[in-house]
Amino acid sequence: MFELRDVSFAYGDRAVLDHVDLAIDHGELMLLAGPTGVGKSTLLGVLAGLVPAFTGGALTGDVVIDGTSVLDVPARERAHQVGYVGQNPPAWFVTDTVEEELAFGMEQLGLAAPTMRRRVEETLDLLGIADLRHRDLRTLSGGQQQRVAIGSVLTTHPRLLVLDEPTSALDPTAAEDVLATLTRLVHDLGVSVLVAEHRLERVVPFADRLCLLRASGQVAVGEPAALLLDSPIAPPLVELGRLAGWSPLPLTVRDARRRTADLKARLGSRPAAEDAGGFGVPAVEVRGLVVAHGAVPALREVDLSLRTGTVTALMGRNGAGKSTLLWTLQGRHGATRGSVRVGGDDPHRLKPEARRSHTGLVPQSPADLLYLETVADECAAADRTAAAGAGTCAGLLERLAPGIDPERHPRDLSEGQRLALAVAIVLAAGPPVLLLDEPTRGLDYPGKHALAGILRALASEGRAILVATHDVEFAAQVADRVVVLAEGEVVSDGPTREVIAASPAFAPQVTKVLGADWLTVDEVASALGVEARS
Amino acid sequence: MSVARDLHPVAWWCWAVGLAVGASCTTNPFVLGLLVAVATTTVLACRGDQPWARSFRLYLWLAVIVLVVRVLFRILVGGNDAGHVLVALPELPLPDWAAGISVLGPFSREELLAALYEGLRLATLLLAVGAANALANPKRLMRSLPPALYEIGTAMVVAITVIPQLADSARRVRAAQQLRGGERGRVRGLRRLLVPILEDAFERSLSLAAGMDARGYGRSGTASAGQRRSTGALMIVGLLGIVVGTYAFLDSTAPRVLAWPMLVLGITAALAGFVLAGRRVQRTRYRPERWRAAEVAVALSGAAVGVGLWLVQRHDLTVAHPSVLVVPTLSLSAVVAALVGVLPVFVAPPPLTAQNRAAAAVVPEPTTEPTPEVVA
Repeated sequence: MFELRDVSFAYGDRAVLDHVDLAIDHGELMLLAGPTGVGKSTLLGVLAGLVPAFTGGALTGDVVIDGTSVLDVPARERAHQVGYVGQNPPAWFVTDTVEEELAFGMEQLGLAAPTMRRRVEETLDLLGIADLRHRDLRTLSGGQQQRVAIGSVLTTHPRLLVLDEPTSALDPTAAEDVLATLTRLVHDLGVSVLVAEHRLERVVPFADRLCLLRASGQVAVGEPAALLLDSPIAPPLVELGRLAGWSPLPLTVRDARRRTADLKARLGSRPAAEDAGGFGVPAVEVRGLVVAHGAVPALREVDLSLRTGTVTALMGRNGAGKSTLLWTLQGRHGATRGSVRVGGDDPHRLKPEARRSHTGLVPQSPADLLYLETVADECAAADRTAAAGAGTCAGLLERLAPGIDPERHPRDLSEGQRLALAVAIVLAAGPPVLLLDEPTRGLDYPGKHALAGILRALASEGRAILVATHDVEFAAQVADRVVVLAEGEVVSDGPTREVIAASPAFAPQVTKVLGADWLTVDEVASALGVEARS
Repeated sequence: MSVARDLHPVAWWCWAVGLAVGASCTTNPFVLGLLVAVATTTVLACRGDQPWARSFRLYLWLAVIVLVVRVLFRILVGGNDAGHVLVALPELPLPDWAAGISVLGPFSREELLAALYEGLRLATLLLAVGAANALANPKRLMRSLPPALYEIGTAMVVAITVIPQLADSARRVRAAQQLRGGERGRVRGLRRLLVPILEDAFERSLSLAAGMDARGYGRSGTASAGQRRSTGALMIVGLLGIVVGTYAFLDSTAPRVLAWPMLVLGITAALAGFVLAGRRVQRTRYRPERWRAAEVAVALSGAAVGVGLWLVQRHDLTVAHPSVLVVPTLSLSAVVAALVGVLPVFVAPPPLTAQNRAAAAVVPEPTTEPTPEVVA
């Protein structure tokens, strides 16, 4: 039994956790959910002993493991009881091969060499990574790295596993692998698991209980179906359930599917299919593009056309060449063969200033763009560079994310606000083409919905937008067309409805439940004549 | 064929130090050339495909630069008209207080050769170190430290890892900053790169520290306060002893009683401290490095080069340090001593590479099926 008793935590006078009581039973998988930035990571850190040791701040209350208070026990002395896997596993790796990484924790505990050998073998098999044992950790894919990170804490046989957004950076298939691994641990080993996750649609079906952390810092714990009824964040399936008035709420696609008869009758025929991609003029034309880093081609024979006024989603596994394609359109990578035309020019031959007025690219970590102390400074610098009128960037920002205090430090903004700032800076130069690399990382459902609205609005002003994303639900909301890459080749390219509805891995939940006619909750809502979100 | 594995890093360092000692015992260009060839061949034959294995090329460039600088320096200050003058450069007049130093002046063939020999010796030393760096996995070297130094070792391993990460993040930030352009001034331009890179580095190191802590790094052992004090005392006495002893050993005017006895005392105290400190550390090692026949052979071959060339220097001065007036000669013993260093090419196990790692992952377990599918 792992307990937080009356735990409060605050940075100065900003309260993060407010009298939290939480008990996790043995062999239970608990899901921790809440809006962006409410302190989910803080709560996990308190359990592992990393907060406040590594973060500062004031902690009151008690942390109890099996009746013994461990509040004053540092994280390193809890390592055999609590296994903690943080966000971004590559930043956590201490050694360089999979095997050594699995053994690191055991070495610290001083286990005997034969025990270590045995446990490493067991863990490799348990996680299905035996063939990776000698691999360099940096050469692994995201899903493999995540499984190694889980394995590296499992070898010390902790009884509670704490995971911070284990699937947020993964493509749908890799995420399913990791979640399958977690359920296996719970079922076979009786490990308790506490997992924080933004994309509830992935984890809710596996969770025994849900812990909902509210913006006020208080928690509500209970059955997922009951709690999600009025939760501010809910996966599309739950929103569909609320809309249809199903009770109890279905948590798996299978549950929902069995109840669709009456909803389908109310919905009638499919929504009028707009001819996506048919309008607008081509802003980007790519023909037979090959881009090679060294001897290995990252993109092979890619054909792509982006039209003004449309949003295109670029999907595919981690490492399929999505980022390379974006950077090639921007002009940083040159084409080894084939042609790239952005507004009629080859971006690779343009000067940096000209590239910026042809395309705007928001990189995977928007923080890389920011270097000044206040939001106002960043905006002013962007205006000067773009030779735009004063206030252009600030105006854009106000449209994208209203109400940001211009005197705040960019690092203190929430993920969504920081992304909006980066988009505003890039758009200040007025590029007709906007490229975004994984913009939904760290955004909750309302955040993603807002971003989708912003992108739709920007597109309707005549921009061509390309979004690389893993997030199927987001792609279904925002995109007119979807391009799927695999190993650098275009596997499918067409209207969103055709591409994602046809693929089992990429289909959004609503499609899985109601069939290929329906993509998003909003569509269902407008067909029913109700407002989807309050 | 022996199984592919990484040789013990200490063995490679023994070998390289042997080569370096050998190189410092001679200025014979032929012997030095042989040593360079030995080091290069061994690196090419025995290195793996890890990032540090590619560092040898860097050392080659460094060696060439050292050689060139050495010759240029000699041209600059070594003016001397004895011997066969190659280029008669004018000598720059210097004020009286700089008497004894001449700038430029005639440059003779003898001077060129002397500079080349000296430079070659330095370059060979560098290449020996470079070879060790390319062959020995630096992380495994750190892991071979005694338990008392475990924490320092881990810290250094982490420091080594940070450098490629910094390079990655620098590349990423540079590309990202191009997306917004703007101030390119030296100070401001630097700042816009440094701020995101440093923020990234701090965040990374903090999260790494948190990760290591959460995984039990730095768990306190079972030492009592008294034990800790005695360990500390032994370490300090040891350090003092070694410092005083080394000084007395090198300075021949110091009383002899301070030399060997102090050195021995210092080393003993330090070793005792290590053992005590190591005993309280509750940590074990997964698959510790082991010395096997190949390691011994590699280390011995290096030692043989060192000892051999040292003997050549003692007994055959004209071979070890040939005159610049005549063509240097070689003796059989010098050639053999230098060539012993190539032994690792034959005795070291094949290095681990991506290919044989992948092969090792697929091959085992004989199956009953007629043709097991091999995953490429």
